[in-house]
Amino acid sequence: MALTPNFHSKRRTDVDPARVPPGQYATSGFPVLSYGPTPHIDSAAWTFTVRGAVEQPTTWTWRQLLELPNETFTVDIHCVTKWTKLDTTWTGVSLDTLLEKAGAGAEYATAFSDGGYTTNLPVADLTGGRAWLVHTYEGEPLTAEHGGPVRLLVPHLYFWKSAKWVRGLELRERNEPGFWERYGYHDYGDPWREQRYAGD
Amino acid sequence: MAGTALRGRLNWRLGTVVGLEYESPAAKSITLDLPDWRGHRAGQHVDVRLTAADGYQAQRSYSIASAPEDARVMLTVERLDDGEVSPYLVDDLRIGDELEVRGPVGGYFVWDAGSPGPVLLIAGGSGVVPFRSMLRHRVAAQSTVPVRLLYSARSQRTLIYRDELTRMAGRNAIDIRITLTREEAQDWRGYRGRITRGFLDRTGWPASDGPLVYVCGPTGFVETAADALVSLGHEPSNIRTERFGGAET
Amino acid sequence: MRVTDGNAIAGLLGEVFGGEMTAVVGVCAACGSGGRLAEMRVRLDAPGIVARCARCLEILLVIVERRGIRCVDLSGFAALDQPAPFSDGPGG
Repeated sequence: MALTPNFHSKRRTDVDPARVPPGQYATSGFPVLSYGPTPHIDSAAWTFTVRGAVEQPTTWTWRQLLELPNETFTVDIHCVTKWTKLDTTWTGVSLDTLLEKAGAGAEYATAFSDGGYTTNLPVADLTGGRAWLVHTYEGEPLTAEHGGPVRLLVPHLYFWKSAKWVRGLELRERNEPGFWERYGYHDYGDPWREQRYAGD
Repeated sequence: MAGTALRGRLNWRLGTVVGLEYESPAAKSITLDLPDWRGHRAGQHVDVRLTAADGYQAQRSYSIASAPEDARVMLTVERLDDGEVSPYLVDDLRIGDELEVRGPVGGYFVWDAGSPGPVLLIAGGSGVVPFRSMLRHRVAAQSTVPVRLLYSARSQRTLIYRDELTRMAGRNAIDIRITLTREEAQDWRGYRGRITRGFLDRTGWPASDGPLVYVCGPTGFVETAADALVSLGHEPSNIRTERFGGAET
Repeated sequence: MRVTDGNAIAGLLGEVFGGEMTAVVGVCAACGSGGRLAEMRVRLDAPGIVARCARCLEILLVIVERRGIRCVDLSGFAALDQPAPFSDGPGG
C-alpha cells in the first residue's frame, strides 16, 4: 500500500481526540449513505407506529408528533464507515414519550422504514433520554436524502442504527437482526468499544 | 499465462504521474507511467486508491482517456466541488507523485475497432472521457466504421478535448455534435439544450440502422438518454451505459 | 451518495469472481428479468455495497468487507453466468 502525500479528504484535524471513537475520522461534511433509493414521503401521509409486544399499539401522525414535547439538542454521530461528525443539532421527540404511551415492556425492538430497511436495538437503548425521532437538522427540515421527514436518532450507537425514513418500532421478546446485522454487522454497535462487526 | 494475467489485473500497482494538463478549468488529464501495463480496451477504466498519512483510504474509478495504441495511460478527472478524491487529483497532484492503480477493468462498456457499426456515442459532461479512448482507437486502427458523438456540456468553457475532437471531425469522418445547456455567448454555432428524446430523434442514428449505442455521464443523464433511445425503437441490447456517481433523480 | 452502476464495481467483482463480470448476465430472483451486471444499480459508500435490479430495484447482490474478509451475498440472483476471462489489450 502506498501513501498519497497531501491527501486529506474532508477530515478535520482541529478536534479533541477524546471525542472521536477508535478507528474513526472526524469529518466536516455530512455523507449520505443509503442501501437503496431515497423514498420521498409527504409528511401529511407519514405515520409512526409502535406495535408488537406492547400494551397498546399506537400510531402518531406528523401533526401529532409535532404536538408532543419536542426538544432541540446537540450530539456527535459516528458511522461505521469511519466518519464521525461532531456537534450535530437536531429537533425531535424522545422515544421515552412514545414507548411510555404504548406501554412497551419488551426487551427488543426492530425499527422499520420506508424502502424496507430494518435495524434492531435493545429497548433499553431507546429509553433514558438516549433516542429520538427527529425531523429537523441544524434548524432546517430534515431532507429526504438524510432520512426526512423523520428518522430515528440513537447517537450512542453506530449510525446505521439511526434508521432513516423510519415508520415504526416492532417490539419483541426475542432479538431479531435487522438488515446490516444479518450481513455481519454487530448486533449492538457501540462505537466506543469499536463494535463494528459480529464477534467484535 | 492466464494466471499471470489474472494476478496482474487484480493487483494494485504504483503509477508515476509524468504529465498533468488542464482540459478545462475543472478537469485535468493525468498521464501515468505504469510498469508492466499490458494494454487495455477502449472504454475500460481503472480504480485509483489514495491512502492518507493517517491510514484513511478512498477509492474511485476513472475511465481511461488514452487509446490502447497510445504510449502511456492517461486519465481525465473532473473536479466535483463536494468530491472527496477529485479535488485532490485535479488541484494537488504533482509530477512525480505516485498513485495506486488497479486494472484495466471492464468487459462490457468497451469498443474494439473490429466491431461492426454504425456507432453512436452519447456523452454528458465528463462522460466523454471513455469516448476519447474509443475515437483515438478507431483512428489508430484505421477503422472506417461510421461513428457519431453527441456531447452535452454546460458551456464552451467546460468542454474537454475540444481542439482534438474538432481535428478528428475534420480528418477522420467522425461526426461530432456538441450541445451546450448553459452557454450565454451569442456566437455559439452548435446545438443548445439538453439531450432529450427530440434531440436524439433529430441528431442520433435512427434505430433502423441498428447502431451500437454507448451512453456515459451522470446517472440522471444516462437514465434519460437510455429511456429516450428505447422509446425511439433502439434495441435495449444495443445500448451500453456507464453511470458516473451522481445525485439520483 | 454515489449512485452508479455495475461498471463502478468491475474491479471488485473481478477480485471476487476471478474474471470479468460486467458483461455477464444475471437473472433477478424477484422479477425474472435478465441483465448485464454492468447495468445493476449500485450504491457505494454504505456499510456494504448494494446492487439492485435495474428493472424492479430489488437487491441482487450485497458485498460486505469485515476485517479483510469479503462476504458476498448472491441470493438476489436466480441465475448468474460464468465470469469471462480477463482480456488483454485491444481487440480483447
